[in-house]
Amino acid sequence: MSRFPKAVGAGLVAAVLVAGMDASVDAQPAGKNAAPAVAAERAAGKFGIGREAKPEEIAGWDIDIRPDGHGLPVGKGSAREGEALYNERCASCHGEFGESAGRWPILAGGAGTLATHDPVKSIGSYWPYPSTVIDYIRRAMPYGDAQSLDGDELYAITAYVLYLNDIIEDEAFELNERNFATLKLPNRRNFVDDDRETAEQAFWKRDPCMTNCAPGQPKIIGRARVLDVTPEAGTAPKVE
Amino acid sequence: MAGRKFTDERGMMARRSLLKAGLAVGSAAVIGAPGPAAASGDPGNQAPNVPDWSRYLGEGVDSRPYGKPSKFEAHVVKRDVEWLTASRESSVNFTPIHELDGIITPNGLCFERHHAGIAVVDPADYQLMINGLVDKPLILTLDDLKRLPRVNRLHFCECAANSGMEWRGAQLNGCQFTHGMVHCVMYTGVPLRIVLDEAGLRPNAKWIMAEGGDAAAMNRSIPLAKALDDCLIAFKMNGEALREENGYPARLVVPGWEANLWVKWIRRIEVGDQPWHAREETSKYTDLLENGTARRFTFVMDAKSVITSPSPQAPLRYRGQNVISGIAWSGRGAIRRVDVSVDGGRNWTTARIDGPVLPKALTRFYVDLDWNGQELLLQSRAMDETGYVQPTKAELRKHRGANSIYHNNGIQTWLVRGDGEVENVEIS
Repeated sequence: MSRFPKAVGAGLVAAVLVAGMDASVDAQPAGKNAAPAVAAERAAGKFGIGREAKPEEIAGWDIDIRPDGHGLPVGKGSAREGEALYNERCASCHGEFGESAGRWPILAGGAGTLATHDPVKSIGSYWPYPSTVIDYIRRAMPYGDAQSLDGDELYAITAYVLYLNDIIEDEAFELNERNFATLKLPNRRNFVDDDRETAEQAFWKRDPCMTNCAPGQPKIIGRARVLDVTPEAGTAPKVE
Repeated sequence: MAGRKFTDERGMMARRSLLKAGLAVGSAAVIGAPGPAAASGDPGNQAPNVPDWSRYLGEGVDSRPYGKPSKFEAHVVKRDVEWLTASRESSVNFTPIHELDGIITPNGLCFERHHAGIAVVDPADYQLMINGLVDKPLILTLDDLKRLPRVNRLHFCECAANSGMEWRGAQLNGCQFTHGMVHCVMYTGVPLRIVLDEAGLRPNAKWIMAEGGDAAAMNRSIPLAKALDDCLIAFKMNGEALREENGYPARLVVPGWEANLWVKWIRRIEVGDQPWHAREETSKYTDLLENGTARRFTFVMDAKSVITSPSPQAPLRYRGQNVISGIAWSGRGAIRRVDVSVDGGRNWTTARIDGPVLPKALTRFYVDLDWNGQELLLQSRAMDETGYVQPTKAELRKHRGANSIYHNNGIQTWLVRGDGEVENVEIS
């Protein structure tokens, strides 16, 4: 009862008010007036739903790590310490040197390939931030046994993966929560925020051509059937 | 003989008139060559005979407590492309869009993309944590979510890598594989801003991070403005509980934006003042351009369309009257128009849109086609309410090169051959 400040002795009326307060909760806007709830007034009141999360509950789930070091766990480890862990828990998919086995993600190599026809997007050649490495290992690796590594193991494996990428050059260098954010990856400056609405302004044609839009006859320059990589059609009906 | 149709102005005009001829088709159908034979069936079940199902009792009401498609529709299933990925648990399958119509995808046919397999979450154990730059960090149960104000929204959900295998040229022969990482259902859920307001946002809040409860703890950064605009925490799709493979018991809905953001089995939202640069927004889901730089945070799905029938898995089987059917969608709003070409984009006819036209939802279009067996180069071109016109693949490559993987919304070409078979091709 006390969750609803206005509800004292007037439960029914309060319930109606709560529903009416949130004026922006209405039908999906149709077609042209697609100005959705963005401009609408924010919900005026709180519903008192949910309970406060305890610090120890948050600590168990709050695993994210940002480039500025926010979220780094306490721990330490070197590439030398990480090598054995990596070989035991990571190498079967990612390869002994991060070169990847089969179609599993490559971790190292590929420098200088991004502007070629065969770009290799490894941590060293492509990823902008080393925090992504430790964050991802912490949340998703080892594949099939996620969130099982302790702080020291995380730093040791991360140090070894960065060593494979020549980001850490001294195998004895101790990586920890205090020095981690000083590491830099070489490709960090080659990312730009989405600029399609300016760079691709030409696609806003508004009134596209309807007749005789291209000269000459179209020529077929590629056929999927030549590659023959489509899965079998199963029981799809055939033309008779 | 079919190729002749492309050789002169007269030929092109004749082809254009086919599309406008919805009214004039009747006589042509009667006079025209019969074309491939209809599926013949068993004459014992056809007039004047009386089939068994018209004589004997069928199964009773308790035989199908949760209904399933007819056994004759067993081929209408999600399919994967095994060579694409290293394991089934971090992989994708594709909606059979060539078999569907209207704008709603049946729940059982919504494509799947998992990063660590399907999480099976007991709704009694389910918790959604809100932490970070909030006045009061919260834990909500599924029942809590169901006590908050609720809305219904119909939206497409498209993987950023839909059509990703086609950047370098025609590769997969079927719109299920070229365009099947899209589905459209009606979500029921709670506006995310209502959930965030329960925790109370700090003044310096600018981004949120959504995190899944799966074994990849799949996470993405989303600008706060979008979170407060039209995002939902959804717990129903098409009226029933989410399917486990689509995030049961609760997922994020991020209308018009790439599906990777629509975090399934959502367990936590952290509010922050900057993006996290998670693996799925740096190593993956960034768009590598020809010069070696890459676009990041390319959230919006550009306007796109595809003819779903005819298509390689749905060949033409009859001469005379046929229905060209397709879907169009845009992450920037509603579809305004769809044009269709039968001559590889030289001439276009505006398609008829049927059914609801909703922002950030699939939109169905049709063209009636009088087909006499000539070769066609079929294309569709979507335009949305912002004036964006779906580009050709050549135009797209001119701006982005061919290394992008993601956000390929180029115009698809189907070659319809004289025997009715359809091929995925690229044309000059």
